[in-house]
Amino acid sequence: MTGRWDVLVAGGGNAALCAAIAARRAGRSVLVLEKAPKFYRGGNTRHTRNMRCAHDTATGTLTGPYTGDEFMRDLLRVTSGNTDETLARMMIERSYDMLEWIQQQGVRFQPSLGGTLSLGRTNSFFLGGGRSMLNALYRTAQRLGVEVRYEHEVTEVEIDGRSFRAATVTTPEGKTRIEARSLIAASGGFQADIDWLKQGWGERADNFLIRGTPHNRGSLTRALIDNGVQQIGDATQCHAVAIDARAPKYDGGIITRLDCVVFGIVVNKNAARFYDEGEDIWPKRYAIWGRLVAEQPDQIAYIVFDAPNLEKFMPSLYPPVQADSIAELAGKLSLDPHQLTETIHDFNAAVVGGRPFDHTEPDGNRTEGLGIDKTNWAKRIETAPFYAYPVRPGITFTYLGTRVNDRARMVMKDGTPAENMFAAGEIMAGNVLGQGYAAGIGMTIGAVFGRLAGEEAAAYVA
Amino acid sequence: MSHSTPALIEADRLMTVCNSCRYCEGLCAVFPAMELKRSFTDGDLNHLANLCHNCGACYHDCQFTPPHEFAVNVPGTLAQVRAESYAQYAWPKAARPLFARHGTALALGLMVTTALFIAGFVAASDPGALWSAHQDDARFYALMPHNAMIAVFGAAFAWMILAITMGARAFWRDTGASQTGSRDHAQAAHDAARLTYLDGGGMGCFNDDDRPDDRRRMWHHFTFYGFLLCFAATSLATIYHYLLGWHAPYSWHSGPALLGIAGGIGLVIGPIGLLSAKRGRMPELGATGFRGMEVGFLLILLLTGATGLALRLLGETTLLGGLLALHLGAVLTFFLTMPYGKFVHGLYRYLALARHARDLRHHKTAK
Repeated sequence: MTGRWDVLVAGGGNAALCAAIAARRAGRSVLVLEKAPKFYRGGNTRHTRNMRCAHDTATGTLTGPYTGDEFMRDLLRVTSGNTDETLARMMIERSYDMLEWIQQQGVRFQPSLGGTLSLGRTNSFFLGGGRSMLNALYRTAQRLGVEVRYEHEVTEVEIDGRSFRAATVTTPEGKTRIEARSLIAASGGFQADIDWLKQGWGERADNFLIRGTPHNRGSLTRALIDNGVQQIGDATQCHAVAIDARAPKYDGGIITRLDCVVFGIVVNKNAARFYDEGEDIWPKRYAIWGRLVAEQPDQIAYIVFDAPNLEKFMPSLYPPVQADSIAELAGKLSLDPHQLTETIHDFNAAVVGGRPFDHTEPDGNRTEGLGIDKTNWAKRIETAPFYAYPVRPGITFTYLGTRVNDRARMVMKDGTPAENMFAAGEIMAGNVLGQGYAAGIGMTIGAVFGRLAGEEAAAYVA
Repeated sequence: MSHSTPALIEADRLMTVCNSCRYCEGLCAVFPAMELKRSFTDGDLNHLANLCHNCGACYHDCQFTPPHEFAVNVPGTLAQVRAESYAQYAWPKAARPLFARHGTALALGLMVTTALFIAGFVAASDPGALWSAHQDDARFYALMPHNAMIAVFGAAFAWMILAITMGARAFWRDTGASQTGSRDHAQAAHDAARLTYLDGGGMGCFNDDDRPDDRRRMWHHFTFYGFLLCFAATSLATIYHYLLGWHAPYSWHSGPALLGIAGGIGLVIGPIGLLSAKRGRMPELGATGFRGMEVGFLLILLLTGATGLALRLLGETTLLGGLLALHLGAVLTFFLTMPYGKFVHGLYRYLALARHARDLRHHKTAK
């Protein structure tokens, strides 16, 4: 159709499609504008693999119950309480329903993937991964009559007071103006815009790798904030993990992640350790190392371990750097051989150990007497060949975005709710995630707020 | 690990990518099999390639397929490795070039054998029999005595069994499928009979685009079970002839005839469906350089089925002689080319499924 749409959805990932499907099922005309070409559609959803939803009993694909209360406790822990609790509780409450609703839209689940057993109870894994999930949502949306246009980026918005009127859309053929009775912004974070990242991180951002889509540059986020919508979060907050430094600048995805910090030590370019590698078990330690490496000189670090550990963790795309001695390894990494030898010598001498090694829970094998001790899983690095992975901060998505209320409605600068503007997904993730991250929660934010935004927009238009 | 062909080198690269991701492990047997290893010999990769049913789901589910710079195309790469593996294990070695020129071999074989049968019919009895055998009580045996038929087809069948066994033995050894037990074979038979892994993890396999449908599995069932029914018809007829002394021709409601009619229908519908699916299928999902082998195999099955049915329908007309020559030519060509074409895919896939069943069993025990 042409003319005025009931619901205009900016974005093409999980949040956008859940919004589009919900609004379309309520009988509204829905136009989805996706900035990327078809293959790259869906932003970071392409790279996801699971979603964290509350459930009271085990299911065919979940190994046990995960109540809303436990979910809330986990969220408070990973964010250090830095969350909008009302919104968070609402989201968790609505996540109960999401498991069934999303399957009704054609998404299929499977038991947790090999190498991710620690998430088997809490997280629902998509059969075939995030792109399979996304393909299912697109098939459903298009079958229902949602219109999807690729390579259409919303770059400007016309807002009259608290009310959205029209969007300027940039396409390969030029700019067009599209009117709609409501807007759902689900266009992701801005992490692919390095200049914007620099506003928070300074020149350090030049050394960051972007794990997902190169298309999320936050043009709509900027336009909304410039036109009176209230900003939430600051430009430094994001989901960042330590990934292989050899990964491409954009879109390296899951296969560049390294989960071997606990099996050795991590040193910076001065061949010095800088953080307790044994602080906590997988899900938590995974999400802190991006920021830790970002604080190191040149934003680079090296995970060093020895032969017995090579196959104890999930394999990744690039082979580790290998050498028969620590000095040789240092040479290959362009580190000072004497310094690295000394760091490892000191570490080995401080290992107390003596308990059975168990990387699935804090095992009490620690060092004693170092400036920075390793408090669990400490084992001497002594058996050749020696290995190292170079790592850099890998940004998954940013948290700065638009403030929303508990109906997914955007909030204006003066604190009043917008009339017909809603937001879902990464663009409003900062409402729930003031800092920190828990695996699969980005998809929960996208699906729950997406569906809610779609329903609310449909109700407004009615 | 070094590998002997570009396709194997690419398959090895992809297995490293896939093993780092594992998002596809719920789709089929290939990815769980891959997860059991971190380095792969040629034999391991040939095993994985033959375990792949080419449903295409992982191509559409993968975030790294072209145009992504990681350029991951598992079904296309494994299809290439698989097609090349057929030749790699074939016996005798001198016959290996036949795989890449299978279409030509089939066409030539069909022309030569059909012509020879016609010549034989004419030489064996009077030239007019070619057009009048339908009035003779002995029907085809008026054209070609039963013992002559048994001699020709028995010899071709024995050669085929020998060559296929030698190929399967080489595949079995190289892909390391020792210590498979009866449980593993039962599992493999079950998965082969159902085509468990040709359903994209439950939503159907992919063909023309990114929407799944399950028709290829259906067409394959028509073909495979049609083939088995035809085989059963021939076997039953052999029992009738030698054990019970009941000699052909058999009436349409006899056991061999009913089995043959049902099988013939399967061998007509199935290959036509598969040929049409193949025509619309995304080319990146398949191998290059083996079109003749893939299409030829379906065409010879179709011709065998269609001429068999035609003999049943038109066996009492003057067309009997010509149809019989064509049917026998098709069957004989099929027998002789079976070890050197697409037919071996069924056997190697079965063996791969058996090894996979064993590997999973051992893996569980080891845990």
